[in-house]
Amino acid sequence: MLASLPILSVLIWLPIFGGLLVIPAGKVSVHAVRWLALFIALATFLASIALLGGFDAQQHAMQFREYVPWIRAFDVYYSLGVDGISIPLILLTTVITVLVVIAGWGIVPGRIAEYFASFLILEGLMIGVFCALDAILFYIFFEGMLIPMFLIIGIWGGPRRVYATVKFFLYTFFGSIFLLVALVYLYLQANTFEIAQLQQFHLSAREQYLIFLAFLIAFAVKIPMWPVHTWLPDAHVEAPTGGSVVLAAIMLKVGGYGFLRFSIPITSYASEQLAGVIIAVSLVAIVYIGLVALAQRDMKKLIAYSSIAHMGFVTLGFFVIFALFAKAGSSAELAMQGGMVQMISHGFISGAMFLCVGVLYDRMHSRQIADYGGVVNSMPVFAVFFVIFAMANVGLPGTSGFVGEFMVILASFNANVWYAFLAALTLVLGAAYTLWMIKRVVFGAPGNEQVAALTDLNRREFFCLLVLTLLVLWLGLWPAPLIEIMDASVVHLLHQAQLTNLR
Amino acid sequence: MKTLCLIIVLAPLAGALVAGLLGRQIGRAGAHSVTIAGVLVSFALSLVVFWEFVSGQAVPVSIDVYQWLSLASLEFKVGFLIDPLTVIMMVVVTFVSLMVHIYTIGYMHDDPGYQRFFSYISLFTFSMLMLVMANNFLQLFFGWEAVGLVSYLLIGFWYTRESAIFANLKAFLVNRVGDLGFLLGIAAILSIFNSLDYQAVFSHAPDVSGQTIAIAGSMHWPAMTVICLLLFVGAMGKSAQVPLHVWLPDSMEGPTPISALIHAATMVTAGIFMVARMSPLFEFSDIALSVVLVIGALTAFFMGLVGIVQNDIKRVVAYSTLSQLGYMTVALGASAYSIAIFHLFTHAFFKALLFLAAGSVIVALHHEQDLRNMGGLRKHMPITYWTALIGALALVGFPGFSGFFSKDAIIEAVYHSHLPGAGFAYVLVLAGVFVTAFYSFRLLFLAFHGKSRLKPEVEGHVKESPAVITVPLIMLAIPSVLAGLLIGQFVFGDYFAESLFVADRHGAVAELQSHYHGLWSFVLHGLQGKAVWLALAGIFCAWWVYLRQPGLAEWGKQRLGVLHRVLLYKYGFDEFYQGVISAGTRRAGSVCDRFGDRLVIDGLVVNGFARMVNWCSLRVRNVQSGYLYHYAFTMILGLLILLGIRYL
Repeated sequence: MLASLPILSVLIWLPIFGGLLVIPAGKVSVHAVRWLALFIALATFLASIALLGGFDAQQHAMQFREYVPWIRAFDVYYSLGVDGISIPLILLTTVITVLVVIAGWGIVPGRIAEYFASFLILEGLMIGVFCALDAILFYIFFEGMLIPMFLIIGIWGGPRRVYATVKFFLYTFFGSIFLLVALVYLYLQANTFEIAQLQQFHLSAREQYLIFLAFLIAFAVKIPMWPVHTWLPDAHVEAPTGGSVVLAAIMLKVGGYGFLRFSIPITSYASEQLAGVIIAVSLVAIVYIGLVALAQRDMKKLIAYSSIAHMGFVTLGFFVIFALFAKAGSSAELAMQGGMVQMISHGFISGAMFLCVGVLYDRMHSRQIADYGGVVNSMPVFAVFFVIFAMANVGLPGTSGFVGEFMVILASFNANVWYAFLAALTLVLGAAYTLWMIKRVVFGAPGNEQVAALTDLNRREFFCLLVLTLLVLWLGLWPAPLIEIMDASVVHLLHQAQLTNLR
Repeated sequence: MKTLCLIIVLAPLAGALVAGLLGRQIGRAGAHSVTIAGVLVSFALSLVVFWEFVSGQAVPVSIDVYQWLSLASLEFKVGFLIDPLTVIMMVVVTFVSLMVHIYTIGYMHDDPGYQRFFSYISLFTFSMLMLVMANNFLQLFFGWEAVGLVSYLLIGFWYTRESAIFANLKAFLVNRVGDLGFLLGIAAILSIFNSLDYQAVFSHAPDVSGQTIAIAGSMHWPAMTVICLLLFVGAMGKSAQVPLHVWLPDSMEGPTPISALIHAATMVTAGIFMVARMSPLFEFSDIALSVVLVIGALTAFFMGLVGIVQNDIKRVVAYSTLSQLGYMTVALGASAYSIAIFHLFTHAFFKALLFLAAGSVIVALHHEQDLRNMGGLRKHMPITYWTALIGALALVGFPGFSGFFSKDAIIEAVYHSHLPGAGFAYVLVLAGVFVTAFYSFRLLFLAFHGKSRLKPEVEGHVKESPAVITVPLIMLAIPSVLAGLLIGQFVFGDYFAESLFVADRHGAVAELQSHYHGLWSFVLHGLQGKAVWLALAGIFCAWWVYLRQPGLAEWGKQRLGVLHRVLLYKYGFDEFYQGVISAGTRRAGSVCDRFGDRLVIDGLVVNGFARMVNWCSLRVRNVQSGYLYHYAFTMILGLLILLGIRYL
């Protein structure tokens, strides 16, 4: 019976309708809202586990296909399916949403039903992005995602939330306009919105360049890449904890996913030709953003910049492959897998880091590093978690943060020694900004009386951080299962990347 | 064998987890019992394996435990390589760790972080074992970084002290600079060999010696030289070689037991171990070996000199460690890997002993570390004194003591090396012997001999440390004397034949082997060499300056003012790093932040774009004034213009 269930639709619409259902529950009681939201998030999580259970990692073809005509006039289909690249991202989404619901249990004052509803609807839309096989459907989810996040920051955000939301919205919207134009152009040429067919469609070199650039603007803003990254620190600083977690852990990954679904397979020739630019920009992100992170005084900003630097490894891994096809061995695969692992790992680590800052913010109502100092004295358990995640952020072997960086650096060395050197500078820079923050916030004598009076983690916070710790360690100590899930799809994608698709 | 190895590695980890996670439940006694039990198991089983190798029953094996990840033509595994080199490291690590565990019961007796401390040192033992037992570069790097993490946690153990949390951050960052090189070295290995497995890499090393790596444009360097230099950068970080040595003296902020375990006997020797392990690679690059030789010699001599002017008892020993690590590095550069490992082996015992003896003094004096406030402790603390004396004699290479054999062999090996820089290195290591003897006995005389300069509040309360402290001292004193006798097996026998590779053209050790005719003749030969007399001269000078003519030191300080100041400032490395590199990086960060992000990207482009749109719309808005006559006028104007274009 389970096999006949359209499981992807369930994954998308269960949280969306569930979210809508949560709103009227707000009339009943706060209690009802929380438990209902948790129930829906858990049900979605279980559905995603079932999805994983039924997934065949041996083949690269799309699985769990759903294919229903939607807008016949424009050949738009409600077309869903998953492969090894989308499965881990869907699981990441469902796990993080459960944690965000639990983390949001007691903090939100007022409009609690709408708060949970926004996160659940957001979850459905994000899963939709990762499942959509029709470009228009993808675009709708891609844009739809913005709305709940806009509300989350705009309603429950900090004092400068209006500036942050407008910046966030316009920035990303600006990017996606180009995506829409490119998709419409492709439709006019190819007469289809089916992504798989677009991937086989041949374009002239000029068309490829323009479409690649359009895609690039959309996805570069999303992931974000230097120099279109400045919306992220502001959005993070103003977003409530849950918003930051979802933003960093999942929404950024949509940009990386876009590169893999659209840019590399559809415009493979242009991707290859312009790979050098992307690599250069990625390296700038790693080094320049690392330096900027060092100068931050606000913990959330610091982590936001750290996210951008880490995303630099994703784009580096994705585009350095073009320099590696000529080399022996499987370094191209290593690079692309590394980028994917980095996305998943960053989801856990950045989510955890933002949760940690949230824990402190709930107690002190400050994100300024200077307001802290010696937190370990009053919150020893919290300090253990914070240091673990900091070490993961630094990329210590044994944590997930190491795996992706290691793979990408090793692979890029094959392309050019200096790519690897610049990327590896993160070993020093990442350690410097992360551990310097830890030194100033966690260690030392209690900075002030408020810090000395802090209470340690409650059970809810402990649970969230524990789950993320286990995930971070598991992925660090044994990444093989994740790699296995992605393997066939990544190999197929690498094959596509080598076809020029030129007319 | 696989099960045995897993137990050896996992027993300390289990101890660490129990003590760390359940520390409050099992209490202090529970914490130290469980961790000591774990390390004891490791030590006992390591001895079993060691015995199998010494007695010739065992052969080197490589055991895979699990697959970390696998791609189409690439596999990264986690596993163990058990060979003579690994086994000796296992014994050293677990033995010193066990002694330090026991010692800690006494040393940390009153510390509120008791359980946490035991958890950390057991975690360290696990990490170090993972490092030395690895059969591939991935796991080596894991162990490498894991010991760095534990070192970070332990240097900052007393986390309310500003100096401690400064020192641990510094240690981590300086090590990371080394790790940057190390990681790139691993990347280079993967790029050339397409494998990270030791056996695969080593067996193909001769085949790839002709390959090159593109550095810039058309510049190509031999692949082996690039790999070895990069790996050695890693070793320089971990084994604190000039110029990445600055973190080690500061690491003394940590509790003394870890100074002995991590920052003297084991972790800091990881770099030495690594280079020795990589001997099948280093042997193919004379350039790399020359660099190793010269860096080691510089460290050995110049860091020893700094030890002379230090007044903190732990810092003297720390600079001594730097200097001795330099000796080991010199030996590596001279292709005398077995001698380097042998010195590592003897040094682990006598240096751990010296640190623990210093700790015993520190505890007895209620955490007084300044040599100027000691003196005459010999009478109050006889066991500590005698064991420290044994440690010092071993360190200076007094004939018959363990250090004599290992250090004399190093000096001889450098003498026989023909690499560029070997002559320079020989002079420095020889002069270093005098320096070593001088600072070691300066410490001994200032602390234990002469008149008491104790502070009045501790005077009269000084007594010998309890058995949990003195027993480890005695246990370490035994190998400090006797370990040198194994030179016949380790250096001149074929114990390491299967682990260490020496190319025929690097004949230093072979040369020594051909002159070796038993222990006795080695000692006699040593007595005729310069090193022994330099050591004795050093001891004599220390005695003359610090006991016989106490005014002389002050006089020397005045006369050699500049030199003294240079040494006090440790050649200015710290000032340079903090003032130029660290401050410069932070300044670059704030320039990027303020100028790049806030001014250019956000200020000019993003908000500038928004302002431009705003400005345009303000202008355009005037057009939509809402007054009918404006619109009517515009229509008429437009009509006239159109008509004008049409007819003119």
